[in-house]
Amino acid sequence: MPMNWKAGGLLLGLVFFLAVLLVKPIGVSTQFVILDGILGDAVNAELVTQTDAGYTSTNAYLAKSNGKYAKSVANPLNYSFVFVLAMALGGFVSMRLRGGLNGLEASVPALWRANFGEGPALRYAATFLGGFIVLYGARLAGGCTSGHMMSGMMQTALSGYIFAAGAFAAAIPVSLLLFKKEA
Amino acid sequence: MTSIILALVIGAAFGAVLDRVGASNPNYIGKMLNLTNLNLAKTIMLAIGTGSVLMFGGQMLGLVDVGHMSVKAAYIGVFIGGLMLGVGWALAGYCPGTGVVAAASGRKDALFFIAGGLFGAAAYMLTYPSWKASGMLDSVAGGKVTLGAVPGAKFDGLTALPGDVLGLLLGAVFIILAFALPERIIGTGPVTQPAE
Repeated sequence: MPMNWKAGGLLLGLVFFLAVLLVKPIGVSTQFVILDGILGDAVNAELVTQTDAGYTSTNAYLAKSNGKYAKSVANPLNYSFVFVLAMALGGFVSMRLRGGLNGLEASVPALWRANFGEGPALRYAATFLGGFIVLYGARLAGGCTSGHMMSGMMQTALSGYIFAAGAFAAAIPVSLLLFKKEA
Repeated sequence: MTSIILALVIGAAFGAVLDRVGASNPNYIGKMLNLTNLNLAKTIMLAIGTGSVLMFGGQMLGLVDVGHMSVKAAYIGVFIGGLMLGVGWALAGYCPGTGVVAAASGRKDALFFIAGGLFGAAAYMLTYPSWKASGMLDSVAGGKVTLGAVPGAKFDGLTALPGDVLGLLLGAVFIILAFALPERIIGTGPVTQPAE
C-alpha cells in the first residue's frame, strides 16, 4: 500500500520546494538525451567537440542553445545528471526498506496481468514502445511529468498547463481503453 | 562539489518519495488514469499546491531566491508532445522519472521502458531539425511566461496580475482540489470472487 495521499502529497511538495529553494526546479527527461549523447560520443568521438566558445556537436539538438547539452555530455558529473542517478538510488533503498517486490510483479504488474495475462514478452514490448513514445513526446514538449507538470504548474508556468492538458487528454482515454478489468 | 552533494540528497529524497507515494508503481498510475483510484492524483495535486504555496510564500517573505525559478517555453509542440507522452504513459505506466525509480526498485519491465526511452530521445535528436523547421517549436503567448507577473523574476507574465499572489491562490486551489477529488470516478471496485 502506498503512503496516505495527505502525508505523501505534503512530503512530495516539500521535496519540490527544497529543490527550488536550494538549486532549481526538478526535471528528468533531458538526461535521457545526455545519456544518449554520452553513448553516442563513446562510439563516435566526433559527436561532441570542444571549441574556443565552449562545446558543440554534429547533432543539431545537442548543439542548440550554444551547446548547452553538448557541454553536459562532455561533463556528465553535473547536478542534473547526478540528480537522476540519485533518484534511482533513493528508489532502490526505499523499496529494499519495505521488503522488495515479489517475483511476478517485478516483471508484469498486477493491473497488466488482469487485462493482458502473465506473459512478460508482451509487457516488455509494451513498456519499450511506451518508453519510446514518452521520451520522444517529452523532448518535443521540452519536459516531462516532473519538469512541466509538477515543477511547471507549481511555478504557474503557462507551458506546464499546456503540457498537462495534452498529457491527460491522451492518457485517460488510452488507459480507459486498455485497462477495462480491475486488478 | 556542493552542487553534486545537493543533487545526491535532493535526488535520493525525490526517488524515495516517488516510491512511497506509489508514483513509480504502474498499477497506481494505471488506476489513476482509468479513473478507478485517484489517490495518486490527490497526492500530486497536494504536492503541486504545497510546493507552490511554500515557494511563492517564501519569495514574498524574501526567504526564497526568485532567481531559482526556471520556466519552460510555451509552443505548439508542448501540446503535441504532451499528447504523445500521455499515450506512452498510459500504455507503460511509467514516465521518465518514475521509470528510472521503478527500474531501480526491481521492476524489470521498467528497464525496457528506459531502453525504449533512450531510443525515443535519440529519434527526437535526429528529427529535431524538421520540427524546428516546421515552426511548431516557435514560442506562443510570450513563450517563457508565468500566468501572472512574478516580481523580480526573469520571466514575463501572461497577464499583468501579481504573479506571486496568483501563485499562492493557485497553490491553494490545488490543495482544495486534492481534498475535493473523489477517490474514484468510474465503477464501484473489483468484484470479490466468492470462495469455491
